[in-house]
Amino acid sequence: MRRLMMRTIGLGLVSVILLMLAVACGGRDGGGGEQELAQELHLYNWSEYIEPQVLADFEAEFGVRVIEDTFSNNEELLAKLQAGATGYDVIVPSDYMVEIMIEEGLLAELNHANLANLGNLDEKFSDPPYDRGMVHCVPYLWGTTGIGYNSDVFEEEPDSWSYLFDPEIASQYAGRITMLNDVREAMSAALKYLGYSLNTTDEAQLAQARDLLIQQKAWVYAYDTEQYEDLLSADEIVLAHSWSGDIFMAADEDERLWYAIPQEGGVIWADNLCIPNTAPSKYTAEVFINFLLRPEISAANSNYAWYASPNAKAAEFIDPQILDEPAIYPPSDVMEKLEWLEDVGDATPIYERMWTEVKAAGP
Amino acid sequence: MEIQPRSRRETRRLIFLIAPSLFWLLVFFLFPLVLVLAISFGQRGTYGGVEWSLSLQNYRRFFDPLYLRIFGRTLLIALTTTVICLVTGYPLAYFIATRPPRWRNGLLLLLMIPFWTNFLIRTYAWLLLLRDQGLINMLWTGGLHNALLWLSNTVPLPVWGRLLEATSTSLSLFGTNGAIIVGLVYGWLPDMVLPCYAAIERLDHSLVEAAQDLYANRVQSFLRVILPLTMSGVVAGSVLVFIPSLGAYVTPDLLGGAKSVMMGNVIYSQFMSARDYPFGAAISFVLMTVMLVGTLIYFRLGTES
Repeated sequence: MRRLMMRTIGLGLVSVILLMLAVACGGRDGGGGEQELAQELHLYNWSEYIEPQVLADFEAEFGVRVIEDTFSNNEELLAKLQAGATGYDVIVPSDYMVEIMIEEGLLAELNHANLANLGNLDEKFSDPPYDRGMVHCVPYLWGTTGIGYNSDVFEEEPDSWSYLFDPEIASQYAGRITMLNDVREAMSAALKYLGYSLNTTDEAQLAQARDLLIQQKAWVYAYDTEQYEDLLSADEIVLAHSWSGDIFMAADEDERLWYAIPQEGGVIWADNLCIPNTAPSKYTAEVFINFLLRPEISAANSNYAWYASPNAKAAEFIDPQILDEPAIYPPSDVMEKLEWLEDVGDATPIYERMWTEVKAAGP
Repeated sequence: MEIQPRSRRETRRLIFLIAPSLFWLLVFFLFPLVLVLAISFGQRGTYGGVEWSLSLQNYRRFFDPLYLRIFGRTLLIALTTTVICLVTGYPLAYFIATRPPRWRNGLLLLLMIPFWTNFLIRTYAWLLLLRDQGLINMLWTGGLHNALLWLSNTVPLPVWGRLLEATSTSLSLFGTNGAIIVGLVYGWLPDMVLPCYAAIERLDHSLVEAAQDLYANRVQSFLRVILPLTMSGVVAGSVLVFIPSLGAYVTPDLLGGAKSVMMGNVIYSQFMSARDYPFGAAISFVLMTVMLVGTLIYFRLGTES
């Protein structure tokens, strides 16, 4: 499940692992960009975000052992790379983080000659706004941020942000709501409810969103990015500001849980396969990315993680249950209202300050 | 007194002997500290890098009512944690230290066993206890409520009504400052007990007897003999509990439901989500200075009395 691992474990453990990796990989000769496969490929990924069989298949076919490490949020990934972590061949940042990493010069340019399967991608994703022309990255899976809920409690689908923000509706579920513990996501929900762009840098609009979040705080059980699906399942809460795939994965075990994309629109995001500048074997990484672009492989990952595939040719291999689900593959009118999170640059500290004000409010 | 000038050889040997610790201090303490200080004078780049400069702006930003209020709350939570640890830990340490020697190690071991488990897992365990549908609330609205129901049917008394009403809804324990303090006290209690135990065990009991021979009652002999003589343990224990509590950030995130922030969370988010390293560094430095000054004063007071 995405972002399940505690970021704190991440902070401690991963830094130790990274240190060891840095030491271990430092001595290895880098494979020097030749068209020769390395023996190992280091993948730095979200947890439970790739079908394990896919890794085994890659190893069987190419003789390259894939070693996977996991991170729990984009900021952690960036912080590690900025702190000088090396040794990873493939990383999986989300859209807005790709933008930042390009600006920071952390990503290598892809050699499209090694990516013959790029043509499999859906047009909608082959020229992403955060990396025009896929110079640095290839979309891996995509999803949305919306509302996870307990369908026993709701007769009608709670497909509006007003379930989380309208005082009359949300107060009915006081103490049974969680919000994502993530500045951009929480602010996006409030901004969308107010009818603004979720990438706004207008301070007055941001202040309105902040006030809305402060008002909402009285009904919030917790700000949580790690275990809201468990809390839903344990009847601790009934509404959760959620990432789509988390809820679908949990619905496998508890069929009362389901997910809705709010009609006001929300965040659409994609995680992307990128190669850091410091990758020991760029060629092997490109072979791996090309492998993941195969229709049946992309579909296998989609079926595993319950996120939509940007791969048009994968459709025939994807579980019909996933393909026909409007909350995973939304109809075009909903699709139009979804917005990508873009890096807000110098407004980032303003967002952070507003969020801290939300957190500091109340008793 | 005249200090004998050391011979060259002696000086060289001395340098050789302190070199490892000097090196350690330099590499793992001084160097990172200077780096943090240097960054704290810089400014955030548009995409999150550090633009070097010599500005005090980040320190000025800290003295903002918002951060001062969070700082005040953090201080209050850390102090409360320390006091609770002291009030519960000292008697425990006293109890263990006054058992026959063969018992003591066993009792200390019992104290330590839970702490062999990872801090995070123990914090998660508290989460399961404190939740609305957690164990404590199950006992509260289930066991206790039913017991009261049975009691009120057998022995009709007016008090039952109110108690029944209270136990009919679950307590909101999770996501409160109380939950944070419970987590912190639980987490740092041994750090209080162990130094107190060490001090109490060293205590010469003939002095206590002497006090009683001089007609001091129990309270007087505790306040005027036992406590002053074990003050070193109290001071060490308090510092050991106070400092990590001040820097806590997992506990407020997990047990506090991330609904209230402590300074540790502010620093974390400056580094991780705002990518404002200079401001994060400035806050860390202020916090460190406060800890250092506080600790120095406390040690001075502790050793004087």
